Amino acid sequence: MSGTQEPFLCVEDLTVKFPTADGVVTAVNGLSYQLELGKTLGIVGESGSGKSVSSMAIMGLHDPRRTTISGSIRVQGTDLLGVDDERMRKFRGSVAAMIFQDPLTSLHPFFTVGDQIAEAYLAHHKASKREARERAIEMLDRVGIPQASRRVDDYPHQFSGGMRQRAMIAMALINNPQLLIADEPTTALDVTVQAQILDLLQDLQREYGSAIIIITHDLGVVAEMADDVLVMYAGRCVEYGPCKQILTHPEHPYTWGLLTSAPHLTGDPEQRLTPIKGTPPSLIHVPSGCPFHPRCPYMSQLPDDRCVETLPELRPGGQGGSHLVRCHLPNPDEIFVAEIQPRIG
Amino acid sequence: MVGYLIRRIVAGISVLFMVTVATFTIFFLGPADPAAALCGSRNCSPERYMAIKRSLGLDQPKVEQFFSFLGGIFAGRTLQSGGFVKECPAPCFGYSFIQNRPVSVILAENLPVTVSIALGASVIMLTVGVLIGSYAAINRGTTIDKALVAMSLTLSSLPYYVLALLAFLVLAVQLQIFPRTGYHPLLGDGPFFLDLLKWVQGLLLAWLVLGLVMSTSYARFSRASMIEALGEDFVRTARAKGLSPRRVQFRHALRAALAPVVTIFGLDLAGLMGGTIFTERIFNLKGIGYMAVDAVFNLDLPIIMGTVLFASIVIVAMNIIVDVAYSLIDPRVRLG
Repeated sequence: MSGTQEPFLCVEDLTVKFPTADGVVTAVNGLSYQLELGKTLGIVGESGSGKSVSSMAIMGLHDPRRTTISGSIRVQGTDLLGVDDERMRKFRGSVAAMIFQDPLTSLHPFFTVGDQIAEAYLAHHKASKREARERAIEMLDRVGIPQASRRVDDYPHQFSGGMRQRAMIAMALINNPQLLIADEPTTALDVTVQAQILDLLQDLQREYGSAIIIITHDLGVVAEMADDVLVMYAGRCVEYGPCKQILTHPEHPYTWGLLTSAPHLTGDPEQRLTPIKGTPPSLIHVPSGCPFHPRCPYMSQLPDDRCVETLPELRPGGQGGSHLVRCHLPNPDEIFVAEIQPRIG
Repeated sequence: MVGYLIRRIVAGISVLFMVTVATFTIFFLGPADPAAALCGSRNCSPERYMAIKRSLGLDQPKVEQFFSFLGGIFAGRTLQSGGFVKECPAPCFGYSFIQNRPVSVILAENLPVTVSIALGASVIMLTVGVLIGSYAAINRGTTIDKALVAMSLTLSSLPYYVLALLAFLVLAVQLQIFPRTGYHPLLGDGPFFLDLLKWVQGLLLAWLVLGLVMSTSYARFSRASMIEALGEDFVRTARAKGLSPRRVQFRHALRAALAPVVTIFGLDLAGLMGGTIFTERIFNLKGIGYMAVDAVFNLDLPIIMGTVLFASIVIVAMNIIVDVAYSLIDPRVRLG
């Protein structure tokens, strides 16, 4: 974003396609963003927007036989898309780590938690089983699991949901990765536990200085944690910029929809919730022009059919520089102040 | 665990009881009359017929016959027929008047053959089946996968006895690629290594035919199970940790995929132990299946009863063992 040195993570024009029986699914289309160490990027969007797919591409977790990936993913200058399998394997779990949404199904039911955490350590370090086990206990303790030396021999089903997610975080961080990708880490958890997990992640970020990508559909999580936000729709980036900016002066109708559809604690209890009308588009037959146009209430504000015909470019927003928007509307801020802001609590 | 085992064993015993009653009833409801068969169709006088009937113990009321049989299993019996006294020590599974020996002795004689066939074939069936199935799953959608599935399907569509007979006639008799089949005791008179060699030689063809044919269902099942396991979230996590592909496939995916296979394997093994009738006949291996078929043709009820009871015991026991084994493999499973 600034300075002469390239940022730690630089994703450029990333496109991920899956050929299927019904046609080619373009899950991610021309995605670009950057992330520095010590910073957090929040990727927001509905199910099927391509948020998880893009992150799995960074980790190299897609089946090369069934996926076509183009563009570039550069970590400290090296393009991961050109790297061979063995190098990619070394990268996974040590330079970059990922935690997933459901910790119950993401942990192997037949092995103890300690076993699985130690395994992550042993995959990237030459150490004895004993040493790895010690490290595992250390990490479990660090993520706040009580009686770690006893619980290390428990099975995943013997942990509660929040503890399981902590164990997954321990497993992801045991090799001090520089990049942590958290794919909806709190979606499956109670609200109070959510807060604890997010606190833990921020704590660990301060301690280890890692970059975090947090994927979520929950704007509250983003507000809490993210330095930058990237809003995705139908595989494309529709808005990107500093978190505070995006949440206080969003300029894309989809972002407005996300903000106004969230219920507010201090709102009027009689007021009806306003969902975004329509349904997410097919990724095989993506709508022409702007992918959001079938659901956009502001399309009529434009005199011609450009929303249907032309894909908007990602251009700087009204507030300047690092805030980018993909929309044809010439005066989004006016609409925002007039119609949207009053509805947000 | 102990409470669970006791409950299962008690339930198992009641199953065995019902099996015994059913077999008994079927035999007596059947049209065949062993006494008449032994008597012959020409010189059979009513007195001779009754004498034979008495000597076979068939003149007693059926219910009494049944309970004498049951009692004999635990305490042994002394059978009296036509002036003769036959000792049948516990466990007495009956006394074959036709062979003039206790059934338990006959069973003990034939058991090693059946066990040898069952063990060898099950090793082949499990390893070949699982290897082919998991290899096909890992390479799902490729030509190799399709070829393996097609081969497996073809093999399983052919009638087993035809395959076995062809294998025997072509490979053992005609082309003599395999030695003539037949059982050589493992603990024979000669040096152990020589006995072992002969034991293997006599059983090899039977093992291969039976094992390969039975492996087809394991290949199909483990392929499906492995495909499912490879799609599980915990396999994705294993990859995300940077584990080597082999470790992900074998330690994480295969282990999960094999858990249900253990159950099926246990039950198949129990079935094999009950006697593989076609295999034993075709390859001339005098095991329990061979003996059972002979007994049916000779209408030798005690042997039939003994064989059925033995096979049932093995199946009931294996059911219990398999359930316990599953709980040891999958820590989420709680017994009882």
